[in-house]
Amino acid sequence: MGKDFLMVKNETSPDPKNRIWMFFASVKLTVALLLTLAITSIIGTVIPQNESPATYINAYGENLYRIFSVLNFFDMYRSWWFQVLIIFLTINVVVCSLERLPKTWKIVSVKVPPFNVDRFRSDKGKVDFQSQRSVQTLRQAFEPFICKKFSYCRVEETDKGVFLFGEKGRWTRLGAYIVHVSIIFLLVGALIGSIYGFEGFVNIPEGETVNRIRLRNTNEIYPLDFEIRCDQFSVSFYESGTPKEYRSALTILEEGNSVLQKDIIVNDPLSYNGINIFQSSYGSLPSESLTLSISSREAEFGFNVIKETKIGEPVELPDDKGTVVIKDYTNSAQFGGRSIGEAFIGELTPREGEPVQVILPLRFPNFDRMRQGDFIIAVQDYEKKFYTGLQVAYDPGVPVVYLGFIVMILGCFITFFISHQRICIEIIRAGNNSRVMVAGSANKNKLGMQQKIKRISEKLQGMSQVNSPTT
Amino acid sequence: MNSSSILSITTFVYAAAAFLYIFAWIFKKDFPGKVATWVASVGLAGNISGFILRWIESYQMGIGRAPLSNLYESLVFFALTIALIYLIIEQKYKNRSMGAFILPLAFLVLAYASLSPNISDRIQPLVPALKSNWLIAHVVTCFIGYAAFAIAFGLSIMFILRQRAQTEGSILKRFPEPSVLDELTYQMVMLGFLFLSIGIITGAVWANSAWGRYWGWDPKETWSLITWFVYSTLIHARMMRGWHGKRIAWLSIVGFMAVMFTYFGVNLLPGLHSYGATG
Repeated sequence: MGKDFLMVKNETSPDPKNRIWMFFASVKLTVALLLTLAITSIIGTVIPQNESPATYINAYGENLYRIFSVLNFFDMYRSWWFQVLIIFLTINVVVCSLERLPKTWKIVSVKVPPFNVDRFRSDKGKVDFQSQRSVQTLRQAFEPFICKKFSYCRVEETDKGVFLFGEKGRWTRLGAYIVHVSIIFLLVGALIGSIYGFEGFVNIPEGETVNRIRLRNTNEIYPLDFEIRCDQFSVSFYESGTPKEYRSALTILEEGNSVLQKDIIVNDPLSYNGINIFQSSYGSLPSESLTLSISSREAEFGFNVIKETKIGEPVELPDDKGTVVIKDYTNSAQFGGRSIGEAFIGELTPREGEPVQVILPLRFPNFDRMRQGDFIIAVQDYEKKFYTGLQVAYDPGVPVVYLGFIVMILGCFITFFISHQRICIEIIRAGNNSRVMVAGSANKNKLGMQQKIKRISEKLQGMSQVNSPTT
Repeated sequence: MNSSSILSITTFVYAAAAFLYIFAWIFKKDFPGKVATWVASVGLAGNISGFILRWIESYQMGIGRAPLSNLYESLVFFALTIALIYLIIEQKYKNRSMGAFILPLAFLVLAYASLSPNISDRIQPLVPALKSNWLIAHVVTCFIGYAAFAIAFGLSIMFILRQRAQTEGSILKRFPEPSVLDELTYQMVMLGFLFLSIGIITGAVWANSAWGRYWGWDPKETWSLITWFVYSTLIHARMMRGWHGKRIAWLSIVGFMAVMFTYFGVNLLPGLHSYGATG
């Protein structure tokens, strides 16, 4: 690899416009950009993206944090320099294609394909054989065969004999341009999506209705012009305990009227007015009412009182010892710096003395014992209610991107696996006999073409036996 | 006999085939080579039946899904594709020395699946995120791509060794001509590139139908794109700048490193593609 490989050739053109054009028309630039994109993309897979500053300072320290922050490493795929690389690649793709297309088009659009006989004659993979048949007999035998195998064929007579030319797949030289067009589709589709689309999320408790979501990137509130109601959420599990299905029964409402109802599960979203609603997460909420169990600390004087209550409603403790009131519910209570899961938070006010906080985690019914109080309070039962976590996305660029996908697959297939193949058969008189040369060329997969020429010449040799039928 | 034991046996069949290919190559013998082809074909048959049997077993267990959803199953399919593509090339190009470099890959992949204590071969039901018709299309196309790149990698190593062969009697001279290795490497890279592209595309379409976005810069997505960039560099260098031989061989080796990282390394990074992780 030359040292100058990554450098762009110095164009000496005095016209700056032309020099910019030549800069972007360079394949060296393409290679440099592709490798730069490959290498820089690694950064964002090693450094977790879009975390909070505190997390980063914890992980990397103050100094590295500042350097990374300046370089946009914490949101690198949206950073200006990464976008510049992508814009450069786009311009590069467009300019390269425009620069080379006229030449390719000239080759592709030619009406009468030219054949360079000398080049075929000097081909290493050519096959020569002799036949006892006359030039014209052979020509009559070969011509329909070649014309069937190749979409274009023609015969040229010379004073020594006959040339048979055939070719196909000339148009496949456009394959690379098709791939490049697909890249443009992808980038345009992505651009449309980033300008006109949005992506957000919303949590809806069962039975409730929302008309606003929170956007993912900016955290802004975004109003929808319809309402989403979650009628029910359910989660089912396999015997092993791994989740089997998350299902939300949703209703779309326009001005209070139900217009669409659908159960959504992961991989099967609801679509309304081009906006797609996906099952993304879930959680549980307590309803208002719960059942408390209050038992004495000393087992020998044991009593156990069951009381039904609601959040915010004080409960009298036995023996006139005071009141307890459940104030709140949390999905992840903290204790000693660790999460202890879902819990109710309450306040216990003794008859004499200051109120104290009680934490009642659902997972640990004996947790309140640690408080060393006279009573052990636990949540015996509560009505569980789910909320569904929905992803709400609108992306008008998707059809363009999908079109790009299809064009890219077609383009790659054409570029890699369909070639422009040419064949030249020369039949020359040699006394009463004929000499035949079969040679071919292809613009890709030359090995494959050599084998094809071998196969074809074997067939032709078979046809040129005296005892074989002429057609 | 269940699918896991068939696949364990297949591992040893591949090992035998790899050994025979290497033996035939080093000692310049034709007969062990012919036997190697047969043994490799038996291995492939075992690999395919193990794959199909696992599919049937999942239905018998009432789970009923294609065996393409965890690391074990992906490795089984990966080995299958490597062996299949290799045997096709062997038929086409009539050179068995390539088997000495490619069959060991199929063996290593299946050995990793069958013998590693970290990889569970239990058939487990699908988590909600994987219940999609795109699963089969996505995994199959990705692994055809990976297998083609693996073979290109083997051929590239052969090319580099072949170029260093100086003495006439060297066993390296039993390799196909450098020009043939070079062309074959490129053919495999193009096949891999087409399927990697389709794999990324089916993944994107799936992501869009599951999460509402076709691209999210998740580490696995990003690494597949990095791999795509590397091979795309190779293809441009070859088509437009006429790179041949050594440089292409090295790029193909770098590309395969990226493939391996996309496949295994990404599991060390945080992200959504944790289904392929060990466990």
